[in-house]
Amino acid sequence: MAAENRKPRVALFVTCLADLFRPSVGFAAVKLLEQAGCAVEVPRAQTCCGQPAYNSGDRASAKKIARQVIDAFQDFDYVVAPSGSCTGMIKVHYPALFADEPETLTRAKELAARSYELISFLTDVMKLERVDARFDGTATYHDSCSGLRELGVKAQPRKLLASVKGLTLAEMRDAEICCGFGGTFAVKYGDISGKIASEKCANVEASKAATLLAGDLGCLLNMTGKLKRLGRKTRVWHVAEVLAGMTDGPAIGEPMGEAEGE
Amino acid sequence: MKPTSHAFKENARAALGDVNLQKAMTNLRAGFVERRALMISRLPEWDGLRDEAVAIKRHTLANLDFYLESFERNVIANGGKVHWCRDAAEANATVLAICRDLGAKTVTKGKSMIGEEMAVNEYLELNGMIPVETDLGEYIIQIRHEGPSHIIAPAIHLVKEQIAESFRATHTKLDPKRPLDDARQMCDEARGILRQQFLAADVGITGANFLIAETGSSIIVTNEGNGDLTQTLPRAHIVLASLEKIVPTLEDAATILRLLARSATGQEFSSYTTVSTGPRRPSDIDGPGQYHVVLLDNGRSAMLGTEFEDMLRCIRCAACLNHCPVYEAVGGKSYGWVYPGPMGSVLTPTLVGIEEAGNLPNASTFCGRCESVCPMRIPLPKMMRHWREREFSRHLSPASWRWGLAFWTFFATRPRLYHAASGAAARMLGFFGKRRGRFRSLPLASGWTGSRDMPAPQGRSFHSLWKSRS
Amino acid sequence: MTDARADTLDGIRRALKRGKLDEQAAAPLAARLKAHKRNLIPKRAAGLDHRGQIALFTAMAEGVNATVARVASAQDVPGAVAEYLSRLNLPSRLVVTPDPALDDIPWAKRPLLEIRKGRAEDGDAVGVTACSAAVAETGTLMLHSGPESPTRNNFLPDTHIVVLRANQVAASYEDGFDQLRRKFAKPEGGFSMPRTVNFITGPSRTADIEQRLELGMHGPRRLHIVLIDDGQA
Repeated sequence: MAAENRKPRVALFVTCLADLFRPSVGFAAVKLLEQAGCAVEVPRAQTCCGQPAYNSGDRASAKKIARQVIDAFQDFDYVVAPSGSCTGMIKVHYPALFADEPETLTRAKELAARSYELISFLTDVMKLERVDARFDGTATYHDSCSGLRELGVKAQPRKLLASVKGLTLAEMRDAEICCGFGGTFAVKYGDISGKIASEKCANVEASKAATLLAGDLGCLLNMTGKLKRLGRKTRVWHVAEVLAGMTDGPAIGEPMGEAEGE
Repeated sequence: MKPTSHAFKENARAALGDVNLQKAMTNLRAGFVERRALMISRLPEWDGLRDEAVAIKRHTLANLDFYLESFERNVIANGGKVHWCRDAAEANATVLAICRDLGAKTVTKGKSMIGEEMAVNEYLELNGMIPVETDLGEYIIQIRHEGPSHIIAPAIHLVKEQIAESFRATHTKLDPKRPLDDARQMCDEARGILRQQFLAADVGITGANFLIAETGSSIIVTNEGNGDLTQTLPRAHIVLASLEKIVPTLEDAATILRLLARSATGQEFSSYTTVSTGPRRPSDIDGPGQYHVVLLDNGRSAMLGTEFEDMLRCIRCAACLNHCPVYEAVGGKSYGWVYPGPMGSVLTPTLVGIEEAGNLPNASTFCGRCESVCPMRIPLPKMMRHWREREFSRHLSPASWRWGLAFWTFFATRPRLYHAASGAAARMLGFFGKRRGRFRSLPLASGWTGSRDMPAPQGRSFHSLWKSRS
Repeated sequence: MTDARADTLDGIRRALKRGKLDEQAAAPLAARLKAHKRNLIPKRAAGLDHRGQIALFTAMAEGVNATVARVASAQDVPGAVAEYLSRLNLPSRLVVTPDPALDDIPWAKRPLLEIRKGRAEDGDAVGVTACSAAVAETGTLMLHSGPESPTRNNFLPDTHIVVLRANQVAASYEDGFDQLRRKFAKPEGGFSMPRTVNFITGPSRTADIEQRLELGMHGPRRLHIVLIDDGQA
């Protein structure tokens, strides 16, 4: 039988965007989880949470992908993702997807109950009060929509960021308003998405913070892309990278030969 | 109003470049959004009221036939008439018949979205009547031959210079040299012009925010007082209402009324909330001689028992519009018909068809802000997703997207293949993007790179790095 | 020619997957209508004593650009009205509803006020009415139509003066409804609503031009409430 003080077995759902664009986010997540006392594994049979298919109206494909996730992640105490939208998909939408399939529904609900967004997992489940990291400068935090509205992630990143030595958090206006990503929306309705992203960038600028943080790579890639197109100097990281003290390399969208501005 | 929703992308593009519109849309935030938040902060019972309102509507819809019949009985008992109309054509014909019966010529109108759905003004004009909009915003768009861009503030897309120009072009009997620089002057001018119309009207048409089964009454909610002058002075009062406006009792209406003005305009209560029951009584010394309720179905009963039933709870407050980043970016006209914003994206396809209106439920990031502010807790993103599901199963989405999705699913359900492909893509894009750290343009992704850069991948996939680590 | 009424009701019943409700099934619905139970009433006004409600009503009404003048008794109303009109430089010709609730107002005390009793007409600058109730929750007045209270008197004049008695102040709209049910009760049970019940909260307004608030769109520009304490405050 499991000992009371056995380390929680956490399966990392790395997300398709982190896998392709920014593995350092995955590694930051692993570091944070291990520092918090978890034993981390990365199930090999993971690819995507199925949200692109689900939001495009292709329930059949979404179900196929979801079943794969349910299978791959069944043996772990917790499933943690550095993303509010992927976690939201698993926690909120998998049960909805399988509402008409009682057996899979049971498994989906069971998976949902042990799935968490990374930062809120650290604070709410592992009871982490602070991190041991340093980041000099002012940062502002964008609340990604799924994390905020589907999962209630709001105070948790701010709590941990408050413990980062040297970091000052400057709230921007309308931090809770969408950045304009919305998955395929950014490509299908690119000019509207670009306009919404401009509004977000204007708010980032007005906050006077040198750094922008968020918990979702979709938002981060979108906001970074717009900031760069506008010629802004704001540096952009995934919040996990800052909390894990892994900000020595290039930030998102920066040249990977030398650091920007040097 | 002929829908142009199929042209949403083109409409939106024009809207994004419309300087006057973009300037006008900035007024939404300080007005409706901030005041709504303030009102809610002053009412601790807010969420409890929302829950009750949802329960009232669910109960009513589950017994819609009973309550409509009760309503009808009470309207008749008070001397009024109920006209059941299946669609806009029947409703328009009914309104015309009532007007002709009275030998009416001029018809004043309070704001009515059902009237817009029916396109009743055009119909009346074609048949020799003169309909005059009396809500200031509706009047402004009527003289500009435009449709409304917001369901509460129809002229929100205009700046005052445009309104002044229209007043000068229409009120030709007034001194051309008169100043029309501010809202006060324009309001006073409209007051004078429309006062004469109120007094001369033969028939007054209003919408209804609620129908009350208990008493056979209709309720309108206005700030200007135009709805009251419209229904009190003429010889007949016609109410245009769709089936789902009904609630059982006055108390039920009060509960939802507590949500309405706060959600719509950030007021505690509107200036005028009026309960009308039947025509004037024999001993009354004013009031209309006739009271007609045009009860319109137009697709409502077909929504019952479907995945779109929750949309029937909508009280047309426009909170969803006011909080939607897409609506704020492109304005109401882009949506191409009567109902814009998130509620329009769900409702319009039910009324004009998904083939015409498919863009609307697709043009959403599913940020969920609409659902979070909806006083009636309507799951708007969920219903937009249902529309996308219907489009997908009917092969209405573009072929290129279907292929892309099939391609993605093929790989996503085969982890080994996926990892190989992702590893290769990370290497290739990382290689090409390493120097600058981002791409200015990417094949197949011009929707993205048209307005922003794409950050480059770091150069190895996570899974390939994790594998080599262990 | 198919019957739209039957079609619509049939369509509803088909969608709800049932037929017309029989008498037994309809009984609880009829009972619900008859009981007209109150839903949640906010504590804001309901939790106050009457004095508190009067103070709340005044504050809420002033918050929506109505003005409130408190007087001790009906005797003081003509003076308060005269003072208000002169302060704002408004005409002293009034149209007053022939409402028995205003019978005890001694207009003769202010002979410079020209009083006409009856229905308002366009061009009337100042109208005086009574009201049936005042809702403290949002500073709202309840008025209803009748042979002595034509609705147009609430809307045509530029300035609307309402004479309100302290004992008419209640907490909620629901209190107003109950008052109507008592006042218009039918001997055979139930009640019959008057043609129009107006809930008025402040003067007329619009923000349709660039969201700029302007008072006095089509209805009165000014709403002045003369609140008679009658020893209640």
